[in-house]
Amino acid sequence: MRLERRTEVPRALLVAAPLAAVAVTLLVTSLLVAWAGAPVGRAYALLLEGGFGSRFAITETLTRATPLILTGLAAAVAFRARLFNIGAEGQLYAGALAAVAVGGLHGGTGYEVAPAILFPLMIAAAALAGALLLLGPALLKSRFGVDEVVTTLLLNFIVLLFVSAMLDGLMKDPMAMGWPQSVALQDALQLDKLVERSRVHTGLAAAVGLAVALWALLKYTTLGFEIRAVGANPRAARFAGMPVGWTTVKVALLSGALAGLAGAVEVAGRTGYVTLDMSPGYGYSGIVIAMLAMLNPLAVVAAAVFVAGMLVGADSMSRAVAVPTYIADVIVAVSLITVLVATMLTQYRIRR
Amino acid sequence: MSETLDLLMAAPFWVAVLRIATPLVLGTLGVLMCERAGVLNLGIEGIMVAGAFAGWLAVYQGAGLWTGVAVAAAVGAVFGLLHGGLTVVLGLSQHVAGLGITLLATSLASFAYRVGFPKVETPPTIQPFEPMSWLPIPVLNEQTPPVLLALLLVPAIAWFLYRTPLGLAVRMVGENPAAAEGQGLNVVRLRLGAVAAGSALMGVAGAFLTLSAFNAFYFNMVNGRGWVCVALVVFASWRPGKALAGALLFAFFDALQLRLQQAGGGVFGVELPYQVYLMLPYAMAIVALVVMARRAAYPQALMKPYRQGER
Repeated sequence: MRLERRTEVPRALLVAAPLAAVAVTLLVTSLLVAWAGAPVGRAYALLLEGGFGSRFAITETLTRATPLILTGLAAAVAFRARLFNIGAEGQLYAGALAAVAVGGLHGGTGYEVAPAILFPLMIAAAALAGALLLLGPALLKSRFGVDEVVTTLLLNFIVLLFVSAMLDGLMKDPMAMGWPQSVALQDALQLDKLVERSRVHTGLAAAVGLAVALWALLKYTTLGFEIRAVGANPRAARFAGMPVGWTTVKVALLSGALAGLAGAVEVAGRTGYVTLDMSPGYGYSGIVIAMLAMLNPLAVVAAAVFVAGMLVGADSMSRAVAVPTYIADVIVAVSLITVLVATMLTQYRIRR
Repeated sequence: MSETLDLLMAAPFWVAVLRIATPLVLGTLGVLMCERAGVLNLGIEGIMVAGAFAGWLAVYQGAGLWTGVAVAAAVGAVFGLLHGGLTVVLGLSQHVAGLGITLLATSLASFAYRVGFPKVETPPTIQPFEPMSWLPIPVLNEQTPPVLLALLLVPAIAWFLYRTPLGLAVRMVGENPAAAEGQGLNVVRLRLGAVAAGSALMGVAGAFLTLSAFNAFYFNMVNGRGWVCVALVVFASWRPGKALAGALLFAFFDALQLRLQQAGGGVFGVELPYQVYLMLPYAMAIVALVVMARRAAYPQALMKPYRQGER
């Protein structure tokens, strides 16, 4: 058996591949559902219904999808330039912390800042915090060739401990009965609801807007062209006179900013304050979502909704039949692997 | 300051250093084995979780402790073969496939744990390895047999890589697979074998946590140790002996921060939040990467998929 690069990729295959991958995933994970002792058909029906089957399910899924779109975009744009940013989790927390630090400026300092000024500052601070957090690993990569995967992974642990220290100390809410959580944002800084009687907030619209903007940036701008060129072949890009290191830095700032925004949007749209468990691994899920979307920003929106639906659906399925909620994580992990294989098969064909 | 010195002279301190170093030694040797054959294995974090869980589960079900270690190794090897299938046979991105393995192994372990133990509050315990009190060597006689196994594996793997034909073949497919194939070596089989063996070591590294360092399985018990091992391999320049030295150095500082944290009083009289001490190991791993990166002699074919007849 050997693999041979296709000269032409059929369009139908590009659509069929991820769908086939998800189908294979559900087939494989159904073994686990059966092992847990639940009727497979009913369990999956409950999973779908819990994720997408009612008004409540859909709004919950969209609420969950909002930070996932942003972390997915963060991973997609970085991976496009072969900058493996695995630090979106830390960047998300850095953004959330910065948002609360700036958004809470008014408290007790005596001078009031109008929310109309404070809000954009808060968003900018979150984006900047995420961007700066990725700048270090990106510079280390382009200057000294330090593998960014390990540095960004290790930074996640450091940032979480830093957040924990801040929530125990400087930024602790004295009214929180001893719980480690930050002071809450004032109401005027919180995002409006997008849908009445639900948790979906305007952050969703912003995330979708950013997905479209990123898609256009990659497709129509010089920076987008450079990003794609550096990702496709850094040597050729350098030979063509492109500033490879500088492009990597710009991508890092963009990717980190998107992940930082995910944190701000979670705080301003959903929780209102920072806690240590505000993200159940949105940063890591973003990587999977970017891969599921084959690094296409528009497809990131769809992939994020799929993953969010699995997570929300698994919660409600787990309550109805005794299948642990971790099945959602398994489904997401297996679909990552099957989509990787499917993507490969769109580019190569198997020859005997 | 003299208190710190007293601390360093005390045997319990060195006992802790060796205990903390053991999973790092095993994991680092595992990563080293994979990378010497040209395959980066970021599945380590998840494989350690799966090994920790599988080893513990086997013993909990009544198997012997060494059987538990063997089960963890087997589970590690299976995930290694999956990683090898994706990266060596299919030529997928080693970064992404490895992260996929980590997610898969971690979520499978969590899922299996919850299926087996739906509503336990306190994790069920086992009887872990006993210290080797019969050994006439101080410090070592307070360690469990797997510690000795890890220490003996260092020269064993060095001997394998540098003194045996098979070891030479493994290093060759990591440096220049095309030349290796020209010599009649089967690149795919050698890489698969090395990744499976390395991943087995990662599984054992995880099992050390549940079967020796602790006596139960906790969800977050690996807590980044796998990533630290990936950094340590760069620090060790892909040499088994230096891997041991790096793991010991690392464990030294980890044990030191634990003691300083317990002793209180802060550093130079400044009271620090406990999180600062906990950050140190991760920060040190980054520093180690940066310091060594400039003279890092990566295996030449690391992260490069090899396809017969394609350049």
